[in-house]
Amino acid sequence: MTAIQIDPIRLSAEAQALRSEVRAFLQQEFEAGAFDPLQGAMQARSNPEFSRKVGARGWIGMTWPKRYGGRERSYLERYVVTEEFRVANAPVGLHFTADRQSGPMLLKYASERIKMEILPRISRGECCFCIGMSEPNSGSDLFAAKTRAVRCDGGWRVRGTKVWTTGAHHADYMIGLFRTSAPTKENRRHGLTQFLVDMTAPGIAVHPILNTLGQHEFNEVVFDDMFVPEEHALGEIDLAWKQATSELGFERSGPERFLEISYVLFELVRVLGRSPDVRGAEGIGRLVAQLHTLRRMSVSVNGMLQAGKDPMLEGSIVKDMGTVWQQQLPHKARDLAAFVDGDAHDRQRFDELLAHATAIVPKLTIQGGTSEVLRGIIARGLGLR
Amino acid sequence: MNDTHMIADTTRRIFRELGDPQSLRGDADRQRLWDALETAGLTRTWIPESLNGSGATLADGFEVMRVAGEFAVNVPLAESMLGGWLLQQGSIATPVGSGSVAPVDVRDHITAGANDVLSGTARSVPFARDAAWIAVMGLHAKRAFVALVDRSLCRIREHANVAGDARDAVGLLDVPPRAIAQAAIDAHALLLIGAAVRAMQMAGALQAVLDISVAYANQRVAFEKPIGKFQAIQHSLAKLAGEAAAALAAAGSAADAIASAKEFDAGIFLEVAAAKIRVGEAAATGAAIAHQVHGAIGFSREHVLHRYTHRLWAWRDDFGGESYWAVRLGQMVAGNGADALWPMLAAR
Repeated sequence: MTAIQIDPIRLSAEAQALRSEVRAFLQQEFEAGAFDPLQGAMQARSNPEFSRKVGARGWIGMTWPKRYGGRERSYLERYVVTEEFRVANAPVGLHFTADRQSGPMLLKYASERIKMEILPRISRGECCFCIGMSEPNSGSDLFAAKTRAVRCDGGWRVRGTKVWTTGAHHADYMIGLFRTSAPTKENRRHGLTQFLVDMTAPGIAVHPILNTLGQHEFNEVVFDDMFVPEEHALGEIDLAWKQATSELGFERSGPERFLEISYVLFELVRVLGRSPDVRGAEGIGRLVAQLHTLRRMSVSVNGMLQAGKDPMLEGSIVKDMGTVWQQQLPHKARDLAAFVDGDAHDRQRFDELLAHATAIVPKLTIQGGTSEVLRGIIARGLGLR
Repeated sequence: MNDTHMIADTTRRIFRELGDPQSLRGDADRQRLWDALETAGLTRTWIPESLNGSGATLADGFEVMRVAGEFAVNVPLAESMLGGWLLQQGSIATPVGSGSVAPVDVRDHITAGANDVLSGTARSVPFARDAAWIAVMGLHAKRAFVALVDRSLCRIREHANVAGDARDAVGLLDVPPRAIAQAAIDAHALLLIGAAVRAMQMAGALQAVLDISVAYANQRVAFEKPIGKFQAIQHSLAKLAGEAAAALAAAGSAADAIASAKEFDAGIFLEVAAAKIRVGEAAATGAAIAHQVHGAIGFSREHVLHRYTHRLWAWRDDFGGESYWAVRLGQMVAGNGADALWPMLAAR
């Protein structure tokens, strides 16, 4: 048995049929002016009305049990929906975090009452989540988190600061990671607990942090003696480190890991025209081969997860390779388009998108687990640590 | 356990016993390995039972290729299997003994003239000098044919690839074939399945290179600890694992696509072209990391590593290299237009 296993799994006919439905919906929304794919590539992507329409279609929380508003569809069907929305640069910002991470976390660890209250709202596209993990002195090293939750009558009091919290300024809730005990000598990962935080609770202040493009995506979130009710502790107290859900595998290996700036490739093909020279053709051919490979790897890993296998190593590889590939894409596209007439209409649009993509790609290998952390995980999976 | 597992296990067992790339030296060793593969029916994997073959599926055969790649040994197993498959496209029975297939270089063409005599030159034909027979694909009056040719009637100019394996030029000067028939497929299809075969072998070889490199890093001590404990080495090996995974995903997908396809359509072309390109890239990146991790010992004749890395480099060239496939794929993608690209990818 070799270290790496990848079963060549394909999407089912049902999943591909669903793709047509999703495309028709996106086309309809686009024509109705709900969003502009090219502007969408460059702007914040929260649109409450759009999210509600997606929810009405049953495409948020679609793998969850029906009694929580889910549709009990397969992970590969969700995969198709995710990739079509991503390629269209549709404004999914309001619901995507809840759909991918927070909902599954609640499903596994929240009380029945909370699940009945919140999950259906998520699935209707009415409820936005953010993730409170990083702190000023705790980024990749999550277990260094210092924001404290101290027991009080009926719950917990929280003091501390989270940073780089994407979408906190839109979010109704946060899943926050807070320190409930000191780490032990034997286990520095001990002592952290996940909480459901109502963002309207008194004692929370959200301050914008602008990214390098001047856009407001992430925030600093300050907790000043915020109260969290007992019921909002998720899972076992002090044992958050054990609660990596199976969704982590889907989260790492999903299509967003290589389709975030796919428009760069599509627009490159457009500016190079129908009969590019050998240099252009070879460049396109290699990029398409690389993207196809990433996607087939990702679909296969998701299919293996769906089948109950545990492709931990392979899932981390998809995120590492997908994001590194995307990071190189704008630079390769720039090279390949170097001789295309600078005054052409398509060229101007391409340059605009390229400039944006060039500026945003540094974040791709940082958010959701840096490449360095992922490679450590891969090395552990290989038996090196 | 299904048939694919059984045939893969049989392949692995035979290579473990007789095909260890480290100890396999000389013609006698290779002959013993070949005899075992032939006895087990593996050399005739893709020939139907009615024609004295094993009658295994295309999927089974591709898995045999991948497992054989884990050993990267220079026996003409893939070539004989492929030759058998090609002859079958003209309903020609495959002779016993080892075979090869031509052409494998995208620039070469064989033609049939009056009385069906064959002419042309095929370069870089693997193991041609050792083959008893060669399955030839060519054109006659714009129609594709398949022919079975006795190697003894060909003019062989011996060449070797970087791994030292025979890649001979086969000259056909009005050679009468032992059998010739109109083919159900064309040269394009042979190129596709040949490229998929090499991609699978390379994916298997990269898996083995990863395992060998990890084992070495865990065992080799420097600066008072196994070098695999150093983060720099860990991250290099994580990248190697990524290249191996990409190779496996791309090659496995292409093989699966061919195995379940009715015809060699544009989708198959995308799958195979992407596989040969990406696996070729993985071979270059992966081999470089493996050598770096091994240090000087991996650069010695004595160490097994080069038997893998040299073949990985060499196999890139058979049935079209990365640049060849990339230009063709790029031309197709551009020709279809930007808006057709995502639907094409998403359909796979």
